[in-house]
Amino acid sequence: MNAVLNLQSVSRVHGEGVTEVHALRSVSFRAHPGELVAVMGPSGSGKSTLLTLAGGLDEPTSGSVWVEGTDLASLDLAGRARMRRTSIGYVFQAYNLIPALTAAENVSLPLDLVGQRARAARALAMHALEEVGIADLADRFPDEMSGGQQQRIAIARAVVGERRLILADEPTGALDTDTGEDVLRLIRARCDAGAAGVLVTHEARHAAWADRVVFLRDGVIVDEHGADEPDTLLETSGSTR
Amino acid sequence: MSIRQAMLALLEQGPMYGYQLRSEFEQRTGETWPLNIGQVYTTLARLERDGLVEVVTDAESGDSGDGDRAHVSYRATPAGLEEVAAWFATPVPRTQPPRDELAIKLAIAVTLPGVDVAAIIQRQRSATISAMQDYTRLKRTGRAANPDAPADLAWSLVLDSLVFDAEAEVRWLDHCEARLRRAASEKARVRPSVDAPAPSSQEVVR
Repeated sequence: MNAVLNLQSVSRVHGEGVTEVHALRSVSFRAHPGELVAVMGPSGSGKSTLLTLAGGLDEPTSGSVWVEGTDLASLDLAGRARMRRTSIGYVFQAYNLIPALTAAENVSLPLDLVGQRARAARALAMHALEEVGIADLADRFPDEMSGGQQQRIAIARAVVGERRLILADEPTGALDTDTGEDVLRLIRARCDAGAAGVLVTHEARHAAWADRVVFLRDGVIVDEHGADEPDTLLETSGSTR
Repeated sequence: MSIRQAMLALLEQGPMYGYQLRSEFEQRTGETWPLNIGQVYTTLARLERDGLVEVVTDAESGDSGDGDRAHVSYRATPAGLEEVAAWFATPVPRTQPPRDELAIKLAIAVTLPGVDVAAIIQRQRSATISAMQDYTRLKRTGRAANPDAPADLAWSLVLDSLVFDAEAEVRWLDHCEARLRRAASEKARVRPSVDAPAPSSQEVVR
């Protein structure tokens, strides 16, 4: 099965000379349809850098990032933005909702931005809100909702329009354990329905929702375990530079 | 031992025979701590000896029975019910922590030269997370996923307890790892090796 996300020997170096910092060193990493992969590691291990590169929000210093068979380096800025709005969904620790828009408007925003007709966008947004169990809050504004409800909207926005790659960075944030678990359940359900998911977390309890757990330290994959596709054994090589 | 009190507490619901008690216990705990039936009857015999349960005849318990000793049921006596109340009212003691093989293993390992403690930590973390994945799978697929009956909710809470225990272990391992790395770097700073190359400036921040 083709990987939805494929990082090939990706390195990311910030600065140069004496201030040079290797955030990722030749990391190869894949996520397949139906698979949720957790990335764990201490602060500064490169977890968030990996997610930023996977989502096309930053470019690798060397190596390549492929999403649904497309090398992100082959896309111009507009192409990458389009890819982000149609194929990739993000869930952040901070929900990053727009306060002046209702729940439904927040969710349909990525569709509006790629020129989807308003009525169709609204229908898809309502479908996504139903999926996360808060269709009845569609016309409320974010500040009228609890943290758990806001994160559900953020998840609905991340999955709206059948996006196939879900990237989540500490998505349970400050939510209490029970509400946080609901968030993981929703991401898990989306992966069970065929999306590929990458969950960055420093909490083992959250990583346990994944099929595969990858450990990063100092920008290198030091260990990984869990069910893996036969052709995707990860290389755990050291530095490239 | 908690099995004794747990069995006694289950008898608050009404008289039961041994197999019933075992089944009620495992409904709630999902065979995490399997009870063999011999253990159940031994415990019941001790409870009876101590005056905390009493045998109920079939006629009394409403069972139709088929003659001699179809089923021997037990019910809690007033003294037994008092013991149950006291059990619920008293916190579980934490003064004598159970022996923890992992803590002992690491406590020994860090003092021995030539033991790769980091590798022990990583292997353990991997194994513990793997166990957490199994518990989590049970939580999201089995009867714990949509607990309708109180016993299913009880089972999902037992699974949570196993997950939180394992999580505490992983957090402790993370902590050990960070402490050991810091200790090693402090040691290197205080006593730099004469022929070692100058330290590299590749401190990775993110």
